[in-house]
Amino acid sequence: MNEQATLKSKEDMTQDDIRNFEIRDYLRLDLFPHFMCPGCGHGIALRALLWAIHAQGIDKDKLAIVSGIGCSGRVGTYIDANTYHTTHGRPLAFATGLKMARPDLHVVVITGDGDCLAIGGNHLIHAARRNLDITCLMLNNEIYGMTGGQVSPTTPADRFTTTTPAGNMEPVFDACRLAEAAGAGYVGREVTIHLPRLRDIIAEGLAYKGFSFIEVMSDCTEVNGRKNDLGSSPEMVLGQTRAMRPSEYDNNVVDHPFRPNSMNTGVLVRSNRPEYGTSYRNMVDKVQALQQKGQK
Amino acid sequence: MTVQQNVAQATPTINLPTINLQGNHACALGAVAAGCRFYAGYPITPSSEVAERLAKELPKVGGVFLQMEDEIASIAATLGASMGGVKAMTATSGPGFSLKQENLGYGMKAEIPCVVVNVMRGGPSTGMPTRPAQGDLMQARWGTHGDHPVVALTPGSVEEIYQQTARAFALSEKLRIPVIVLFDESLGHLEETITLPDVTEYENTIRKWATGKPEDYKPYKADADGVPPMARPGDGYRVHTTGLIVAEGGFPTQKADVVAPVMKRLLDKIEINNDLVESFEDIDCQDAEVVVVALGIVGRSAKKAVRELRQQGIKAGLFRPITLWPFPTKSFRALTKKAKYFVVAEMNAGQLILEIGAAKVDKQSVSGLNRYDGEPISPSLIKQAVKEVLGHE
Repeated sequence: MNEQATLKSKEDMTQDDIRNFEIRDYLRLDLFPHFMCPGCGHGIALRALLWAIHAQGIDKDKLAIVSGIGCSGRVGTYIDANTYHTTHGRPLAFATGLKMARPDLHVVVITGDGDCLAIGGNHLIHAARRNLDITCLMLNNEIYGMTGGQVSPTTPADRFTTTTPAGNMEPVFDACRLAEAAGAGYVGREVTIHLPRLRDIIAEGLAYKGFSFIEVMSDCTEVNGRKNDLGSSPEMVLGQTRAMRPSEYDNNVVDHPFRPNSMNTGVLVRSNRPEYGTSYRNMVDKVQALQQKGQK
Repeated sequence: MTVQQNVAQATPTINLPTINLQGNHACALGAVAAGCRFYAGYPITPSSEVAERLAKELPKVGGVFLQMEDEIASIAATLGASMGGVKAMTATSGPGFSLKQENLGYGMKAEIPCVVVNVMRGGPSTGMPTRPAQGDLMQARWGTHGDHPVVALTPGSVEEIYQQTARAFALSEKLRIPVIVLFDESLGHLEETITLPDVTEYENTIRKWATGKPEDYKPYKADADGVPPMARPGDGYRVHTTGLIVAEGGFPTQKADVVAPVMKRLLDKIEINNDLVESFEDIDCQDAEVVVVALGIVGRSAKKAVRELRQQGIKAGLFRPITLWPFPTKSFRALTKKAKYFVVAEMNAGQLILEIGAAKVDKQSVSGLNRYDGEPISPSLIKQAVKEVLGHE
């Protein structure tokens, strides 16, 4: 907590300061060793997030990390900030209340593919529609890891899971397209192997005034990779990277399959839709001004 | 906040405004008067007027009103706002109250103050949305999973809705717990001319905030009152809040020797503050042969019935819990020592009667007067029931 003084604000940050990121400044070291399995991509995602927070010069005291349930939900526990580990699927709803009540806080949601797209799908749609200033990091490991490896809304076709013993028959969600369609002002996706790129996408999301949605393609070696002969972590990560198309959304492509087996990465949406908290507070100012007029 | 003060209405002074108000609007205004500055809700009959009134009132005082995407999001946002340090509320009715149960339990476990209003309608399921009922009394006690502390208030008039909603905020802040306010559709839509009670005391009641050095602060180390001071985000404490069982330091544990005292403190928290929490109305219970037990709108019918029975020479009394949970068992026992019969009148198939059966000490007979057809219980029905147990007529 004393190291707080050494952390710089965004204005004072030089490129060297950004490069000299020390992750220990942002972790609750007394909680280590962490619970994540060997080879899990969530640790890289956590590093990218903390590096982005560092690059943005965000004060840890003003940082609120809101997470749900699952492997992704536990990641936030290790961050030395105001951390809220809420109920399954609901972190965006908790975060909405927190951000509206405390606009001075930087509110970051860490969620997973099950948390965000299945049980909490409705909250994602409406958080994107409202465009409240929240950064949502969805760690997509394509599986329910914490419960032992059940099929999730992003498990690819034919994948074996404990609840799809003959292979997955259900089509998957393209979470970024969903967020975009619902109105998210900033949308991005990256794989964990491109750490600096992932960091920059998150950093831009943190700076964006509105709802920013970032999908991190994580890997679950233990209950997803092993069951499907996807190899160890490096092989899984490389396989994932091959499946991506690092490009802007290509509007000329007419045959976007509903079950995408390759997805775009990078910043996919940048818009300047009005931020909801600002709109709300403008309304409050108007109401209060009218009221004062009426009282006179 | 003794029992007497809670029950006796504040003596009306000339300064207090007298207005015509609907129960649901009284709930909204009572909340604002108590310092509520955040509301998140979802439209549901018969509680929508609470939200509608707050949508109008909260911006005037710089507060936040949010209509969320569903009932679950509403209580989640309410808890989120309270985590940020703002007095917050949500209101709903039966089906919505069912949906809110998981997060209600989260609030009880993580000790996040807020107020949850349930304007009860006929159930089960979609039931009778525009008819009154008292079918959610046990749901308020046991609705969320696991052992948990609970505080639920059951006002019985429009004025009391205003007062008890305000008091709910004070209790939730003081005890760090979501407080449930239960009243039925008929009270929610009842219009009465009332004198707004003075709730300054409730408005001034604010949770204990953490003070001192952050490195010495333990988020779940309680004071003598069983309630730990809360850390506000931004104040430098950077604590962890979770639905998992945690040790005093705030981080998860499953060690039996750590869990046991943590759970015990959580479950005993309300009990050791009973003086603060307990409230009820007692009419002639001390010497009554028959004690009618009723709450909310039925308590009002019962009051009339008991008065008329007394005029007829029948020793009847009324025990009306205002704090339903925890049930004021000790006071109930002390007041009803002479009773031979209990008549429990309620607009459900028999829920409060279970508590009376457990609370009585002697072999008094307990009979229920139950109605679950969407109609209120009239004074004449109560009089009849009392006379039946006495063998009159």
